[in-house]
Amino acid sequence: MRSIKFLSIILILVMLVPMAGCAPKQGNTIRIGVIAPMTGDVKTFGDSTQKGAQLAVDEWNAKGGVLGKKIELVLADDKNDPAEATNAATKMIQQDKIHYIVGSVSSKCSIPISEIANKNKVVMISGTSTNGKVTVDPWPGGTRKPYVFRACFIDDFQGPAMANYALNTLGFKKAAIFYDNGNDYVKGLAETFKAAFEKGGGTVPVYEAYSSSDTDFSALITKMMADPPDILYVPDYYNMVNLITKQARDAGFKGVFAGGDGWDSADLNMQSTEGGYFTNHYSPEDPRPEVQNFVKAYQAKYGSVPDALATLAYDATNLLLNAISTAGVDDTAKVKDAMQATKDFQTVSGSVTFDENGNPHKDITILQIKGGKQTFAAVVKPS
Amino acid sequence: MTYVLQQLINGIALGFVYALIALGYTMVYGIVRLINFAHGDVFMVGAFVGYFVLRGMAKVSLAGAGWLNGLILFLIAVLAGMVVCTVLNIIIERLAYKPLRNAPRIAALITAIGVSLFLEYFTSLKFVFGPDYITYPTPLPMVTWDVAGLRISSIQVIIAVVAIVLLLAMNYIVRYTKMGKAMRATAFDRDAASLMGIDVDMTISFTFGMGAALAGAGGVLYATAYPRISTFMGIIPGLKAFTAAVLGGIGSLPGAFVGALIMGVAEVAAKSIYSTIADGVAFLILILVLLVKPAGIFGRNEVEKV
Repeated sequence: MRSIKFLSIILILVMLVPMAGCAPKQGNTIRIGVIAPMTGDVKTFGDSTQKGAQLAVDEWNAKGGVLGKKIELVLADDKNDPAEATNAATKMIQQDKIHYIVGSVSSKCSIPISEIANKNKVVMISGTSTNGKVTVDPWPGGTRKPYVFRACFIDDFQGPAMANYALNTLGFKKAAIFYDNGNDYVKGLAETFKAAFEKGGGTVPVYEAYSSSDTDFSALITKMMADPPDILYVPDYYNMVNLITKQARDAGFKGVFAGGDGWDSADLNMQSTEGGYFTNHYSPEDPRPEVQNFVKAYQAKYGSVPDALATLAYDATNLLLNAISTAGVDDTAKVKDAMQATKDFQTVSGSVTFDENGNPHKDITILQIKGGKQTFAAVVKPS
Repeated sequence: MTYVLQQLINGIALGFVYALIALGYTMVYGIVRLINFAHGDVFMVGAFVGYFVLRGMAKVSLAGAGWLNGLILFLIAVLAGMVVCTVLNIIIERLAYKPLRNAPRIAALITAIGVSLFLEYFTSLKFVFGPDYITYPTPLPMVTWDVAGLRISSIQVIIAVVAIVLLLAMNYIVRYTKMGKAMRATAFDRDAASLMGIDVDMTISFTFGMGAALAGAGGVLYATAYPRISTFMGIIPGLKAFTAAVLGGIGSLPGAFVGALIMGVAEVAAKSIYSTIADGVAFLILILVLLVKPAGIFGRNEVEKV
């Protein structure tokens, strides 16, 4: 018994040793926290986010850093789980004393992080969280979180863009929508798509919810097939899209699939989604020099074509570092003001000027899965 | 009408999947009166073993290129899942449950929950299976038949056939073999069975192994039908199969089978009416059964020994 006690004391001591080394280093570095899903159901998103942010930081460091200091990335994994995201943000802010956060990827994680960041006056910019609630607290009465920004368009624009494209360009009149009612991002897209599609003269006879643990969609698909629609809108992440589209094809669905930027992954099932359309933040085929230089640098470093997640993480990190540089001082209140004042800043995914809610107004790219590849289909301008 | 029949087929197909898991639950309970909560996680391990086999043998050709080769690979994956799960469950029984055989039942139950969590979190470590969602390879060509306007897919048929064959095989083993007799005797009165010269430890190990073999096969079949696996995939099917076993009368093999079919149909029916209440319906059934007929449909009322 005694030896066990002794052993456990030793073990605790051993575990404490590395913690002592983690004391925040102040002074000659600017540390930026990156919160992203490095593991779990959307891990390719986290992987791309880290690579994009790292590339931006490397480029700044090569030019001498920011405010004369080196920039250091501190990475945390939120597993695409809001509870994990909350823990990661709390630890970053309170233990590591980090002043700037890039992240997270999904809105359901970014919303809790944004509340912690805003309360602690930490400047946060999410690359890819498209839900409106990330920068604006809907309760009470829509208060802006002044320390929170994003580098992407919002769902209020993304859902309707696809709805109008389906109605006007593709000529579809009947849509079905399946959505995860436990995911703010998916729900937001489903709602805005439905509203715009019906407003534009289309009908949505099937509008069905599921939960993220569901694997069997036969009941929903059979319901849909009683009156087959032209288009099935599945604005979920690639993993769920793979499950649903495959089961729908097996059940004889002949229409077109459509979705949002959650489709942008190398792990998307290109066979079952063939012919499908999705809204995205950029196309690597865009000839603008910002895009081509970035694609080249990214390929040189990582050996693959950057997806939208990598691009937006790169853009978000650049926007943040630009704001720190403009503010001229490592003071979050001043950096926040500098960020808000950003005007016509050229990023890979377009020119950024923030509106009063911390959202940039940018174009939407619509991509199609064709021959097992993403191909450019159209660009939608913001109204 | 076609619509209702199609939903009924969907429900029965889902029920067969639950049946594969529920049979293992109910067998173990019948012998040692233990609800093996780790059963859903053994099912998960089966799915992963099948995945590694299919991935490792993706380039292997045993019978040319066509569907026959796919079928052989698929059967090897199922078999590998069954073997690994059998060994795993026997080890779990020896290490975790056997030392507690004479302890209060609640102790073994809590251990089962512990084993379940251990399997989930240990396997999600990077060097084991990893924490990510994985898309399952499908060696079999998926065919969908159109029978009088009703759509039935090849995987639904395979699951149904495997479930029925395994049920009959288990029923045969339990009723007509020497080992089955030993199992029934152990279930009836463990001490008396031991006095009659039955190797109780061996019998219990055999039961655990057999339940796990079913779960392993179920894991591979489930993952082929719903091709997305993760280390937490066993929790919800495990709970639903458990509910099915209770509904049918825990300890009864036909009970687990019928209970699972009822669960599958009820779930699909609920989903086709209002999609988000399906899980609620599954567990509402559990509560209702426990209130109205705690012994389940095929269960016997037991007198608690004092």
